[in-house]
Amino acid sequence: MGLIGSNWLVVPIVLPLATATLAMLVGRRSAPYLGLLTASGILLSVAAIGLTVLEEGTIRYQLGGWEAPLGINLYADGLAVFMLLMTAIVGAAVSAYAVGYFTSRQDESGRVAGDSGDRSGSFWVLWMFLWASLNGLFLSADAFNLYVTLEIMGLSAAGLVTLERRQSALSSGMRYLFVTLLGSLAYLMGVALLYGALGALDLATLGELMYPGAATWSALALITLGMALKTGLFPLHFWMPAAYSNAISPASALLAGLVGKASFYLLLRLWFDVFDGGLGPGPGQVLGLLGAAAIVWGAVMAVRQRRLKRLLAYSSVSQIGYLFVLFSLATTASWGFDAWSGGVYHAFSHACAKAAMFMSAGAIVRSVGHDDLDRMQGVGQQMPLAVAGFALGGVTLMGLPPTGGFTAKWLLVSASLESGQWWIAVVLLAGGVLAALYVLRFLNPALIQVKVGPVARPATQNLEVTAFVLAFGSFFLALLSAPLLALLRIGTPFASVLLVGTP
Amino acid sequence: MSPVTFYLLSSVGIFVVCLYGLIVHAHLIRKILALNMMGSAVFLLLTGVARRGELTDPVPHAMVLTGIVVAVSATAFALAVARRLYEECGRAYLPEEDPEDLSEEREG
Repeated sequence: MGLIGSNWLVVPIVLPLATATLAMLVGRRSAPYLGLLTASGILLSVAAIGLTVLEEGTIRYQLGGWEAPLGINLYADGLAVFMLLMTAIVGAAVSAYAVGYFTSRQDESGRVAGDSGDRSGSFWVLWMFLWASLNGLFLSADAFNLYVTLEIMGLSAAGLVTLERRQSALSSGMRYLFVTLLGSLAYLMGVALLYGALGALDLATLGELMYPGAATWSALALITLGMALKTGLFPLHFWMPAAYSNAISPASALLAGLVGKASFYLLLRLWFDVFDGGLGPGPGQVLGLLGAAAIVWGAVMAVRQRRLKRLLAYSSVSQIGYLFVLFSLATTASWGFDAWSGGVYHAFSHACAKAAMFMSAGAIVRSVGHDDLDRMQGVGQQMPLAVAGFALGGVTLMGLPPTGGFTAKWLLVSASLESGQWWIAVVLLAGGVLAALYVLRFLNPALIQVKVGPVARPATQNLEVTAFVLAFGSFFLALLSAPLLALLRIGTPFASVLLVGTP
Repeated sequence: MSPVTFYLLSSVGIFVVCLYGLIVHAHLIRKILALNMMGSAVFLLLTGVARRGELTDPVPHAMVLTGIVVAVSATAFALAVARRLYEECGRAYLPEEDPEDLSEEREG
């Protein structure tokens, strides 16, 4: 082995798990430091894994030395590393944000201070469990292990929503918990059917044994429904606006940025590695249609919102549509890899941009005390950095160069034109225009100059800075497309297409 | 009918009935119970699958054991949230959403 051994794959999973347990013991004063330390450790280990995968190809690690049919494998290919990297970047930014978020809150009145102290401790525990489950989900090569990570993810994410003791947050957290448990159960039912039909759990083995039959078709339907529900694909997005907008802002950023992407990743992984592209062209077309409907519906609803965080939540409904469009485009034809990598690239740039926008929104709500869009006049003067971060994230959602959203849209649009499904390209571009509309819905009042006297407001400096830095990163993501696309080529299910398609 | 088919059919039956219960019942405890029983339906299918061959297959049993652990924690957490919700607003139902509600000031 070159840089690192294959056993390094456990580090991004074990590290946050250990921190989560420790964070319960050390209490709320040291938990933030522990969290930041873990975040940097994860960043380093993911970078090491990424460099090794780039140099030497995919890594497989057998847990406990047990081989694939019986043991559980961890497997890192380009896609897994790409998602790990996305999680590490967004996660590190949210961690830095959370430190500021919970400290600045403690400066307020005594009642709030006592309450937020508990929540700060719980936040770090839940967030570290969430991070461990995300990394585990991206690295697992075993269908049942994926179920376990999915459940840890769902429980800790629902915990993050219910951190806020307000009635609206509790009820949307409860609804989210039901949705996420239902999604995981549908997935488990699918895995049980797959095991019944094929007698394996290892993803590679399942892919080899796959045949179209009653059991595998039902498994595909159950798994797809469960994951579409958890990701919030139109029309199964009913739980999403409330859950995203009622949670505290660091939790909203994590949910919208990372948790939705994880269930999408799982669907992508199973769809192309196990189900051989959805057992035929029909199911992919259905998902693509729903994705296109989501792009339009989510954006129209976002324009109509009166609250900033609800606007962002509906914008997520729209942006998730872009991810699902790839299922109708990514076939074994020459444009398959373009569509597949475009969707995955979109996941990355949307994760950074949307997390940054929720972080900006959190700083703004903290400062002005509400998130009513009609009362945002002059916010641009008071908090230029937060509004700038929001705007940069917004440009990514619109898909203008040099943002990551541009690369993603370029790949998706060219794939849809090449495959002759030009109507998808029309929807993709219309989605960008609608995104501009709903981003301006906030920027327009925020940038109005008003006369404001010196107002005492809570310190939100480091909240604004972290939000801005993450948005800034997502803004220039297109400049990194060459190395990132090279990474995605490693171990892609479209390898045969690439040999023909690239010179 | 072979035992595996019997398990499969009853498992799917319980799964669908409980899904219906989860959707139509408003009371949180009923919803949690429905989810819990949906989990049991999946476990029933897995134990049925374990008896396909001559010998009993241990892998589905291991999956069921892990699944039970997950189901216990999920149920415990759901009950805790339901209780907190009851304490805060005095009812064990999910309220209808009011997206245009701008009355409360948010986030401190």
